[in-house]
Amino acid sequence: MTTAGSPAVTTNVGRPLLGGRRFSLDWVGALPFFAYVGLFLALPTAIIAIGAFFDANNSLTLDNFVHLGRNYVVQATITTTVVSAVTALLGAFLGALLAYAIATGNPNGVLRRTLVSASGVLAQFGGVTLAFAFIASIGPAGFVYLFFQSHGFDYYSKSLWLFDTPGLIVVYLYFQIPLMVLVFLPALDGIKPQWREATESLGGSTWHYWRHVAGPLLFPAFLGGVLLLFANAFSAYATANALINQGAPVLAQQISNGLSSEVGAVEPGFAKAIAVEMVVIVTVITILYSLLQRRTARWL
Amino acid sequence: MRLGSLTRRLGLAVVAIFVVAACGSSGGGGGTASCSESKAKTTTSAAACGGMDALVAAAKAEGKLNVIALPRDWANYGKELDTFAAKYGIAITSDNPDGSSQDEVNAVNQLGTTSRAPDVLDIGMAVALANTTLFAPYKVTTWADILDTQKESTGVWFQDYGGFMSIGYDSSKVPTITSIDDLFKPEFKGKVALNGDPTKANAALNGVMMANLAEGGSLDDVSKGVDFFHRLKVAGNFSKTQATTATVKNGTTPVVFDWDYLSAAHGKDVPAWKVFVPNNAVLGGYYAQAVNKNAPHPAAARLWEEFLYSDEGQNIWLQGLARPVRQAAMTKSGTVDASAAAALPPVNGTPQFMSDSQATAAKNYLVANWLKAIS
Repeated sequence: MTTAGSPAVTTNVGRPLLGGRRFSLDWVGALPFFAYVGLFLALPTAIIAIGAFFDANNSLTLDNFVHLGRNYVVQATITTTVVSAVTALLGAFLGALLAYAIATGNPNGVLRRTLVSASGVLAQFGGVTLAFAFIASIGPAGFVYLFFQSHGFDYYSKSLWLFDTPGLIVVYLYFQIPLMVLVFLPALDGIKPQWREATESLGGSTWHYWRHVAGPLLFPAFLGGVLLLFANAFSAYATANALINQGAPVLAQQISNGLSSEVGAVEPGFAKAIAVEMVVIVTVITILYSLLQRRTARWL
Repeated sequence: MRLGSLTRRLGLAVVAIFVVAACGSSGGGGGTASCSESKAKTTTSAAACGGMDALVAAAKAEGKLNVIALPRDWANYGKELDTFAAKYGIAITSDNPDGSSQDEVNAVNQLGTTSRAPDVLDIGMAVALANTTLFAPYKVTTWADILDTQKESTGVWFQDYGGFMSIGYDSSKVPTITSIDDLFKPEFKGKVALNGDPTKANAALNGVMMANLAEGGSLDDVSKGVDFFHRLKVAGNFSKTQATTATVKNGTTPVVFDWDYLSAAHGKDVPAWKVFVPNNAVLGGYYAQAVNKNAPHPAAARLWEEFLYSDEGQNIWLQGLARPVRQAAMTKSGTVDASAAAALPPVNGTPQFMSDSQATAAKNYLVANWLKAIS
């Protein structure tokens, strides 16, 4: 039995080559996973990243990346990042509060079961249907707006904010909060009531408990939730497109314009460069997250 | 024993099928005037492929037609598709009905020579002119009725139907519009929308150009149109959501810049819907047909074009309030559907058409300035 490529060789020089260790086949089980990730994540990413360096005539160019400096792309980058960050933080905060309310309630109660199933459904509710649900209810012809208007409260008196950045934030929160409930609830369930009792019997206040016990325990899960919500909002396309069609304020819409404009603004290479920009932004945030995670989890 | 007889019967059945199939194919060829698949692929007219009957027979033998990006409620395409399918017994696969012209071209490129590739395309002029190498030249029997300015001389593309850019509005929700500047009135707060983003959708680009002409601009410079929408946005009257059948129906976008034939169709959902074309800004636009040079069903593709450009096909478009390209010739010969023609929105003034370079200049200006103007 040869141990070609055995991890023992590369990781542990000091060990004898054919020591007590046997060549493990455990990794075989993970093969389908790696094949899947390779086919559906690594390969498309590579195709996009390579395509971003070619122009319409298939010759190598860096122009696509230079074009990322166009003012409308910069503006879309800022809008997308701000909307994603705001809805991630707000969604995580509100979702965490709601999850806490659920976790402290009766674990087998109707409220908990209802809210958890509702969150499961609503977290997946997006796209044209969600946008139109908002247009038809709180939009300028929606029954909620007409009701308030007839009672002397015109919430569009300053501007039609539903079809602008504030509208995106409101509509995104509709799926962000339930998603946070789903991912944060297990962490809250892991908190034992005995810990609080222990804090109190040692003379700690509620503040001490949250500051020194529950807070540090929950913070990594909370951060993970924020990251997930950020990526979720960052990549959303259909919802934004059905809500705000003009000017393509979201990066994913700029990609779509570059790929399927029928007035001649087709720039596939540029669209791929925007996609690369999005990948880079999410990667940077993921790295920041893992650095922070390492720091906060150090004492555990 | 039983098994043996079963095998024999199966064998007989197989032979019978072959015989029938052989008869079918030789019968379909129609003797001397046959339009074989290899011939149909390159033929540039029905006459060159043995005449109309031979083309029909060849198309029926193919039995299928792939179309793309044809919404059933757009220019009465639903009826075109159903009539063609019933008339020739050809099954139509209609892919991505809400796609853009560029999506059609992307499908041609990506599906290549597979059997799923679209056979025929209905595309905006900008996309047609940018992709002429993908199309097979073909001249329909009624070719002479199409004006020279509305077709490529060899038949690589030829315009099919069109209309004029208009402002459609729900007269029960907003006052009557007699001039484009009416849209600045406070009654139009948050109510004026375009059909799409003008950097992406052809109808929206023409909407901005129409406003540009109405504001005294020229086809060469769309800046006054962009400025118009900027002022509309500042006044709080511009709605940034896309006008669709749903938003018109529920009243979210009661005023829409769109082609008159698409706008007039909203009358079905909104009885008080009216269509207004400003006299000083009669901006026309036509779509074009093209045959995919790798069409998996070459005869059916050509038969589809013959059908669309027959009196019957042209009148079906007209019934959908689109102006078919042969309308003038058919009016002369008396074959036009007169009641459908009378139902078209009235247009007074001299029609103007954007040239390819003017459309490109408008596109470039919009790409650079649109987002800034409306945010």
